Amino acid sequence: MELLSDLFLAKAAFIGIVFAITLGVAAYSTYFERKIAAFMQDRIGPDRAGPFGILQPLADAVKMFMKEDFIPANSNKWLFIAGPCLSMLTALMTSAVVPFGDTVTIGGTTFDLQGIDVNIGILWVFGIVSLGVYGILIGGWASNNKYSLLGAIRAASQNISYELAMGLAIIAILLFTGSLSTKAIVEGQQNGHWNIFYQPLGFIIFLICAFAECNRTPFDLPECETELIGGYHTEYSSMKLGFYLFAEYINMFISGAVMATLYFGGYDYPGIDFVTAQFGNNVAVFVGMGALIGKSLLFVFVFMWVRWTLPRFRYDQLMGLGWAGLIPLSMYNVVVTAFGILIGKPFTAGVVGVILLIVGLFVHDQLFVKKKIA
Amino acid sequence: MAISNIWYFLSALTLLSALMVVLAKNPIHSVLYLVFTFFCISGHYVLLNAQFLMAVNIIVYAGAIMVLFLFVIMMFDLKKNQPESKSSLTKLAGSVVAGTLLVLFIALLRKNTLQAPLEANFKSQTGMVETLGKLLYTEYLLPFELISILFFVAMVGAVMLGKREAGERNF
Repeated sequence: MELLSDLFLAKAAFIGIVFAITLGVAAYSTYFERKIAAFMQDRIGPDRAGPFGILQPLADAVKMFMKEDFIPANSNKWLFIAGPCLSMLTALMTSAVVPFGDTVTIGGTTFDLQGIDVNIGILWVFGIVSLGVYGILIGGWASNNKYSLLGAIRAASQNISYELAMGLAIIAILLFTGSLSTKAIVEGQQNGHWNIFYQPLGFIIFLICAFAECNRTPFDLPECETELIGGYHTEYSSMKLGFYLFAEYINMFISGAVMATLYFGGYDYPGIDFVTAQFGNNVAVFVGMGALIGKSLLFVFVFMWVRWTLPRFRYDQLMGLGWAGLIPLSMYNVVVTAFGILIGKPFTAGVVGVILLIVGLFVHDQLFVKKKIA
Repeated sequence: MAISNIWYFLSALTLLSALMVVLAKNPIHSVLYLVFTFFCISGHYVLLNAQFLMAVNIIVYAGAIMVLFLFVIMMFDLKKNQPESKSSLTKLAGSVVAGTLLVLFIALLRKNTLQAPLEANFKSQTGMVETLGKLLYTEYLLPFELISILFFVAMVGAVMLGKREAGERNF
């Protein structure tokens, strides 16, 4: 293992750039979250720091660092500090397998615009997502506060419940691609054959699960203010709290990138052949990287849009949706997809599957659900 | 850095964290050390070029089972439920049993020199997910299907146990 080889340096530089982009996007997500909330509620939003309030994230960061860093008495000090660190760590690790672009050739050397191209790519994402709950769980327990503990326990059961439906949604994608590698999944979707057209149901399931895994509204029960004060971060202050909130925004961006990779063709975009012919391969690849980031930002916007539109679920509704709603639905999706691949018409099977599902739900509703007499 | 050095470092880390699982006073710390042990074992899988096993080990053990362990232990009031410390006789018995086992293992290892696999027969792709999947669905199809039935039965059983019976309280 040569430590200072060209490949190693290129990878290190690339991972550094990805981290910088992720952190920058996460910082500015806080600004746009407020701006979008303000727009939806007919307010102006932050407009004091710089033109249009564009320096607001900087002001927030300074505020976070200047506040008193408080560790409650009788708390478990090391685990209290480890909580936000773990949250940040697991949030940043997922981006390693997201393919941000095809290969570029600079100065005769070919670089791969992906952290690591392993043949278990999507399992890596899945594994890191399942580890994401540790930060919340440990932080909530170490705070020595019952509200924090309740928030942590809610986070744990919520994440485990929604992982199952998420995994089943991914299985339908894997049936198409026949590979666990994220790169292979993207390459299977080039030229507009995006998985969203074949997997509309799977995408909806995955999106809902992504909301639950990121602890975003309407599934933000671990930090439910009306019941639990601040949930798992009740006792946190200063930048430790900042890291928890920051990790949430990073998770949003990365899950957007994963959704774009799985369902929206990754770095594919319309007119890729034209750009390649006109400006060469490298420009086309970098435009593709921009396209992937643009798609992820679109998902970040969807996250915010939903947050300021929908109210929060009740906890039993959340569990009911996960176990009794999404898991049977995703199993149905897997069966329909497998059938479609068997008869060689995946698109028709997908559409027919959705129609059959709607008809079935309608018939079930008419026959078995007792209506309240108005 | 040579690969054998990484192996030594990882093994030392694994043994140390596994020891800490037993020695830690606080059950939460024990569980966290156990999670760390699983990570070290996953590192060993990577060294063996078995990436699929590494990912599954993290997903199943570190990601799901250990979270549930933590979940349950956090529900306890640890101050009330301190296990009483063992009597010295129990400690002595434990040490004797463990020591005997250690001596037995060392004797076994010294008697039988383990054969290193021949380099000519070595296939680096054995641990890859494609190879594993083909093997599971051809040569080991029947055991694989039987295990899936076993899992299914266990799942149904868990749901049955967790189900509230009619007239039972809501919480």
